[in-house]
Amino acid sequence: MDLLGFARGPALKVALAIFCVGVVWRFVGFALLRLRRDLNKPRVSLLGSWAGGLVTVGSRSWPHPEFIGRTGAGEALGYSYHIGLFIVVLLFEPHIVFLGSLFGFTWPGLPSSLITLISVLTLTLFLAVLFRRVTNPVLRMLSNFDDYFSWFITALVLVTGLAATAHIGAPYEKLLAWHILSVDGLLVWFPFGKLMHAFYIFPSRAVNGALLARKGAVS
Amino acid sequence: MSDATGAFAADIAPEQAKTPEDRVAGAMRSFAQEVGALSAFRLESCIHCGICADACHFYIATEDPQYTPIWKVEPFKQAYKREASPFAPLYRALGLKRKVTADQLVQWQHLLFDSCNMCGRCSLICPMGIDVAALIEQARHAMFEAGLAPKELYQKAAHQRSTGQPEVSAEPYRAQLLAIGKRFGVEVPLDKPEADVMLCVPRTDIEHYPSAVAALARVMQHLGISSTFRSDGLVAENYGYYAGGQSWQREISLRLIEQAISVKAKTLLVPECGHAYTALRWEAADLYGKPLPFNVRHVTEFLADELQAGRLKLAQAATGKTTFHDPCQLVRKGGVNEAPRALMKALGIDLHEMKNHGGFSFCCGGGGGVLDIERAAPLRYRTMENKLREIDDTGAGTFLTSCSDCRRTFDDAKAHFSWNKTPHSLLELVANNLISAGSRT
Repeated sequence: MDLLGFARGPALKVALAIFCVGVVWRFVGFALLRLRRDLNKPRVSLLGSWAGGLVTVGSRSWPHPEFIGRTGAGEALGYSYHIGLFIVVLLFEPHIVFLGSLFGFTWPGLPSSLITLISVLTLTLFLAVLFRRVTNPVLRMLSNFDDYFSWFITALVLVTGLAATAHIGAPYEKLLAWHILSVDGLLVWFPFGKLMHAFYIFPSRAVNGALLARKGAVS
Repeated sequence: MSDATGAFAADIAPEQAKTPEDRVAGAMRSFAQEVGALSAFRLESCIHCGICADACHFYIATEDPQYTPIWKVEPFKQAYKREASPFAPLYRALGLKRKVTADQLVQWQHLLFDSCNMCGRCSLICPMGIDVAALIEQARHAMFEAGLAPKELYQKAAHQRSTGQPEVSAEPYRAQLLAIGKRFGVEVPLDKPEADVMLCVPRTDIEHYPSAVAALARVMQHLGISSTFRSDGLVAENYGYYAGGQSWQREISLRLIEQAISVKAKTLLVPECGHAYTALRWEAADLYGKPLPFNVRHVTEFLADELQAGRLKLAQAATGKTTFHDPCQLVRKGGVNEAPRALMKALGIDLHEMKNHGGFSFCCGGGGGVLDIERAAPLRYRTMENKLREIDDTGAGTFLTSCSDCRRTFDDAKAHFSWNKTPHSLLELVANNLISAGSRT
């Protein structure tokens, strides 16, 4: 079996298995902990509470006007590279073919040249994010191995993907193998680190938003 | 000791002495008892974006990264990952998370107490929606069990737990209450066997703002509401809440709960005291172990209801250009946003809101027990400057609030900065502008 066969064969299967089991365990692991009932009389009904939670899912997507002056630029940077990643992962034709083989359906993609441009932009934003993390005193203090490794493995996927599409540095098959191996690595790392926020973000906003709404407080 | 932003040694009372091992064991025991699915989810969700720093007035004033709210729970995040998270065995086996040490806990006393008002502003900015303030409150519980609550809070909580008063007073509060009634010419209902509304009082009002105590009694009398204070459950404040001593918080709350039940009260009325509202309205039932058999209302909520029902009529108050400070525990953490504004509207007040108001208001700087912590004063003053600027920027000549601790904090700032504003009580303004039935204004 050659490297490419290994990358998209057994390595991918193992990585997907670790990803799925890990993600489920990460949820189950804390969901099994005790959940204390709030006995204090709510200000709004249960339905009102959860409506507040749903509103928070949307409203926290962008800072409240009171905060935007201090956080707008940082959040814009964060959202920009996330949007870039989504476009590259979901709208690049070869990715659509691969994802189609997993999900059983496909969707229209964007031209390769546009995807390449977006990839380069996204990679640039990635570098800016790293620069900000190491130069901003707050971010530098909060950062640990998880932050840097999660950045590294995601950036590696982007770099190898760009190299493969641009045929830079090695034969295409070898570059593709390295790209898929980096994706395998990302899938393996995913449940262990902060990449899990992809699954946590909406439930986390909803739960905390519902609890604030229960008190009639702004969220 | 240190300057405003440096590291501090632990500041504890002699009776809090413990070995380092016992400190860690106490903190971890509390942590293990408290960490449930909800707090675990919050700890799991943090992406280290640091955005919460930009909501915290301690960080905004100093730009010191250690005041980043989520950093204030770092030892407990570390303990969670190592001891209770889904991959805890992996963290331990690979040595990825070290054990929390007593030195770490000592270092964090300053971050969890001196530099956090538990105001909850950080909980509104997190893009993951994490209620950081709730985590900080749990961390305070662990610090208390580690014997690391600041001595002022610990001693006041201990005194309140055993005597009902947070500190020794020249005269017992009961006697002071009656003296206030006499001085202001109002009947103070005390120790009635039954009443629809049970009243309690901030010790801050007894000691510093007796006119606010008289105002509460006057408004109740005016409305003809059957109400009473109770000698065995007088004080609204709960220093157990501030100090992080949950069992003490429970005992202190129980004094009021038991008295309210004994007089068959339909409502326990929280006076102008923000954290008393959080402790009684949003935490007491959990500590009591079952829903409370009465409603808990803040006095502004209660009066706004009376206003809406047409039983309370108010004259126009000639306060000129006025601004209002929203106490964090009432508004941001308690949802009491509209009631004070309804009262101010009925009083015909020309309200000029601060740049950050309502749920987004900056804390006065004294909340969370910070006003009581002596060594925290330099940092508190530095933090307050932004708030005072916002108040000044409204151009208002009159400054109102509805929490006596906030009022006390602003009065303290007035003396410290030679500030030209005096914080006034909204309740007192209501009491001074009551319209009697049948009269016309």
